[in-house]
Amino acid sequence: MTTEAAPATSISYREALTQAMREELERDPNVFLMGEDIGLFEGSFKVTRGLLREFGASRVVDTPISEAGFVGLGVGAAMSGLRPVIELMTVNFAIVAMDQIVNNASKVRYMFGGQVTVPLVIRMPGGAGHQLGAQHSHSLEAWFTHIPGLKVACPSTPYDAKGLLKTAIRDDDPVIFLENEGLYAKKGPVGGPDDLVPFGQAVVRRPGAHCTIIAVSRMVWVALTAADALAAEGIECEVVDPRTTRPLDLQTIADSVRRTNHCVVVDEGWPECGLAANIATHVYEACFDWLDAPIVRVNAADVPMPYARNLEQSALPRPDDVAAAVRATLAREA
Amino acid sequence: MPTGVDADLMQHMFATMHLIRTFEERAAEEYMRGNIGGFLHLAIGEEAAVVGSVLGLRPADPITSTYREHGQALARGSDPRRVMAELFGRATGLCNGRGGSMHLMDREHNFFGGYAIVGGSIPLAVGLGFAISYRHEDGVALVMFGDGATNQGVLTESLNMAKLWNLPVIFFCLNNQYGMGTAVDRASAETELFKRADAFDIPSRRVDGMDVLAVHQAVTDAAHHARNAQEPSMIEAIAYRYRGHSMSDPDRTRPEEEKARWHARDPLITFERVLLGEGMVTADALTAIRERNAATVEDAVAFANDSPPVAESSLADNLYSQPWTDAPRGSALMPQVRR
Repeated sequence: MTTEAAPATSISYREALTQAMREELERDPNVFLMGEDIGLFEGSFKVTRGLLREFGASRVVDTPISEAGFVGLGVGAAMSGLRPVIELMTVNFAIVAMDQIVNNASKVRYMFGGQVTVPLVIRMPGGAGHQLGAQHSHSLEAWFTHIPGLKVACPSTPYDAKGLLKTAIRDDDPVIFLENEGLYAKKGPVGGPDDLVPFGQAVVRRPGAHCTIIAVSRMVWVALTAADALAAEGIECEVVDPRTTRPLDLQTIADSVRRTNHCVVVDEGWPECGLAANIATHVYEACFDWLDAPIVRVNAADVPMPYARNLEQSALPRPDDVAAAVRATLAREA
Repeated sequence: MPTGVDADLMQHMFATMHLIRTFEERAAEEYMRGNIGGFLHLAIGEEAAVVGSVLGLRPADPITSTYREHGQALARGSDPRRVMAELFGRATGLCNGRGGSMHLMDREHNFFGGYAIVGGSIPLAVGLGFAISYRHEDGVALVMFGDGATNQGVLTESLNMAKLWNLPVIFFCLNNQYGMGTAVDRASAETELFKRADAFDIPSRRVDGMDVLAVHQAVTDAAHHARNAQEPSMIEAIAYRYRGHSMSDPDRTRPEEEKARWHARDPLITFERVLLGEGMVTADALTAIRERNAATVEDAVAFANDSPPVAESSLADNLYSQPWTDAPRGSALMPQVRR
């Protein structure tokens, strides 16, 4: 997959997201967009380019810098049947809105006995790698995946970005939609207006017999690069992309690990109580008897993200780190 | 007489205030018996503010409230049986035993719930107002919050958005003068809380929260303004809760003299005097209301007592809009709830 040339019809991950929102805005008058600088300014990452012009200010709403306020507003609007698609400029600002996300969005349906639904999407890019420093480099997949009542999507390709976002917008439950700053320019094919990518279906990005690498979001590409390098050494890795971390498609993951008997999990967040730790636990529970060696996790370093370019790069999972982890787990049985 | 308030409505106001008082006094007894768990926050003393605000709206207007919200549900017309059953944690409760005292909701009556993070429900009501405006309807959303919530940043954010986008929202601050045990003047640099709205050029006023007619008039006016001028407003109703913050608060820090002063202005007693004095109702009719409410509450307790417990097999019900088994594939986080 990594060596294939992108088809002529390919578009960027960013444009794939725009297309998904445009199609859903056209399809359902209850869908509206809201966020900081998404209208006139067309989004901090230009994901909403052109949409204010096409749909007007009543459906593409620029907000003040009040993340808790407008996320809460989105929950209330969703409770009364609208389908808000809220953009948080980055995942870092979700921290300001966590009360609304955790105490309201995720809970109202259950807590009130199913009397209301919250068809809300909160989009936000995460990830590091652009020297943005400690407060602008979070990967918080684990935080959201921890919360019952939320669904969490982490697309790694333009096809999934579009297909998962359309599924998210049509879903009746609150969805945390985690984009990645490092993927917006990545190009690839996308589906048509009715090609939805269902939640809870992982995909095997590359088949391989020796070791399963489970990787999320941008880390899928890091894993694929590592797999290419390892192939030159005769080590064939199977790269599995869960695509949604809640629900998590454990079946596809377990099927792969039971074939390869080795497992490495890669995520861009911190290691403690992290996403990789959680996935590794699921794999241990489902595949203990099939594993020939302990699972190895590859995470960001357990520090706030430093600014200096070389330090930042050394803090993030790189292809070499993943390759080393694969070699380490394969070496254990020798 | 205030606009639109006739003898029937005044009787209904009294009956509702008395129902809430009776219901909550009985709930306190059931709490002491161990039939109600967790926290139980009583609004005894605040009934005029509760009833005046709810009845100042149309039944279709959405309301959100705090964790001290039995009164809002009852004033909206929720079945006292189902409210008490929710307090008892039974399957027949308004929220099937998932919410309890702090999290009542009655969607059928457009009561959008009680929330237990101070200030947390304010933006939800702005969202309900946003939805009304988005659909070009003529409803009004009312959010009831306490004095303590005025020091949460999310109120500032909400006031700003409501005014910026001309949303039909009434910010109703029920100032019972204490955020748990902290008096307003120990928590707020400006104790005239309605002035918070001034910063956003939102019309606001303070009313006597012990006077049901005054509160009703203020909310009626604010709702009219929201419907016709598409502008939010803020009302601060000054009231007093007779009990501690919750049943677990022995209420030892508030001065006895202060409590006595407010008890002397009891909203039920003062309103009864008004009703009798103006000949709006006979003493016999009031007695009949009291007897009816007492019977209603006894019936509610009996119903709650006799209701089945919540089935443990239903633990994961309503976590998501589709049953877990509809998850597309074997999924670790969906089909089972881990204990």
